[in-house]
Amino acid sequence: MRPKHRRLSLILSALLALGAAVAVSLTALRDNLVFFFGPTEVLAKPPAAEKRFRLGGLVEEGSVQRQGAEIRFRVTDTVNAIPVVYRGILPDLFREKQGVVAEGHLREGVFVAASVLAKHDETYMPREVADALKKAGHWKEGGGS
Amino acid sequence: MHFLANPGRFLRLSAAFRPWLAGLAAVAIAAGLYLGLFEAPPDYQQGDTVRIMFVHVPSAWLALSIYTAMTAFALMSLVWRHPVADLLAKACAPVGAAFTLTALATGSLWGKPMWGAWWVWDARLTSVLVLFFLYLGAIALRAAHDDPERGGKAAGILTLVGFVNVPIIKFSVDWWNTLHQPASVLKAGGPAIHASILTPLLVMALGFSLFAAWTVLVRAEAEIFGRRARVLELKRSADRP
Repeated sequence: MRPKHRRLSLILSALLALGAAVAVSLTALRDNLVFFFGPTEVLAKPPAAEKRFRLGGLVEEGSVQRQGAEIRFRVTDTVNAIPVVYRGILPDLFREKQGVVAEGHLREGVFVAASVLAKHDETYMPREVADALKKAGHWKEGGGS
Repeated sequence: MHFLANPGRFLRLSAAFRPWLAGLAAVAIAAGLYLGLFEAPPDYQQGDTVRIMFVHVPSAWLALSIYTAMTAFALMSLVWRHPVADLLAKACAPVGAAFTLTALATGSLWGKPMWGAWWVWDARLTSVLVLFFLYLGAIALRAAHDDPERGGKAAGILTLVGFVNVPIIKFSVDWWNTLHQPASVLKAGGPAIHASILTPLLVMALGFSLFAAWTVLVRAEAEIFGRRARVLELKRSADRP
C-alpha cells in the first residue's frame, strides 16, 4: 500500500469509529438532549413531584384564561393536554394554536410554569398570503412539535 | 487537485478569480439588502423581525459550509500532503469563526423578541456554540506550534474530528425537541418560505458565499507571500557575514 493510501484508510476508519461512538452516545443520552417533553411523554412517565422540567406543545384553542396577572392555558400535542398556570410576562408570539415551551414543575396535575417561551414553526409568508390560505380553507396550524 | 499544488499557479489563478468574486459579492449583498429591507413583506406572525433572517440564515449556512470546506482541505493536506490545501484550511478558520459568531449573535437578537429568551441550551444552539469553539481550537492549535507544518497537522486532525458536529448541527432540530425551528429551506417537500421572503434570503446567501470565498483567497494569498517573505528574510540573514 502506498503511504498516501495508508494515511487515507487510517483517517477514514478513525472517523468511522468516531462517528459510531458519537452516534451511540447521542442515542444513550437522548432524554438529556431534548429541550422539552410533550404532554403524552409527561403523562406516560410522570416526573417526580416538584422536579423542574420543560413542557412543550401547542396552546390549546379556547383554553387561555386570564385572571389578573395569572394566566391559565392548556398545552396539547393534539392527543393529550396538560393544564398550565403562569404568572408573568408572555412572549409576543404567545397565541392559541401556537408552539410554546414552559419551564416549571407539576403540582397536583397542574404544570406551574416559572417561564414561558414561544416556539414558532418553519413557515414564513406575507400576511396577505396567510389570510388568503385561511379563507380558502388550506390553513394548517403548525408550531410545537 | 495536483494542478493547484504549486503555490505560484494557485496565486495566478486566485488573482484572476478574486476581482470577480469581490465585485459579484458586493452586487449580490447590495441587492439582497435592498430586497430584504425594502421589498420583502413583513411575515404574517413575526412582522418586521423576520428581516434578521437575511443575515442570520446565510451566516449559519456559511458557518457549516466553511467548516466542511476546511475539513476537505485538512484531509487533502494530511493525506496527499497538498501544500496549498493546508494554507486554505488555515485561511478558512477565522472566516468560519466570524460567520459562526454572526449567526450566534443575530440568533440571540432574534430569539429575545420571538421566543422570549436571548439564549437557551437546546441541541441546535449548543451544537453551534461547539462549532464556534472548534474553529477557535483549530486557530489556537495552529498558533501554538512554531513549526507551521506540525501546527497544520495538529489543526487538521482537530478539524477532521470536529466534523462529526456538522451533521449533528444540521439534524439536531429533527432528532431532538428544540426551541429552534426545524429547517425552512433545505427540507423534504421544498422550502416553507414564501417566494417574496425566500428570494432576498437566497440573494444574500449568494453574496455571503462569494464574500467568504473572496476572503479565504485573500488570506491564502497573504499566507503564501508571508512565507516567501520569511524565506527571503532567512536567506538575507544567512548571506550576511
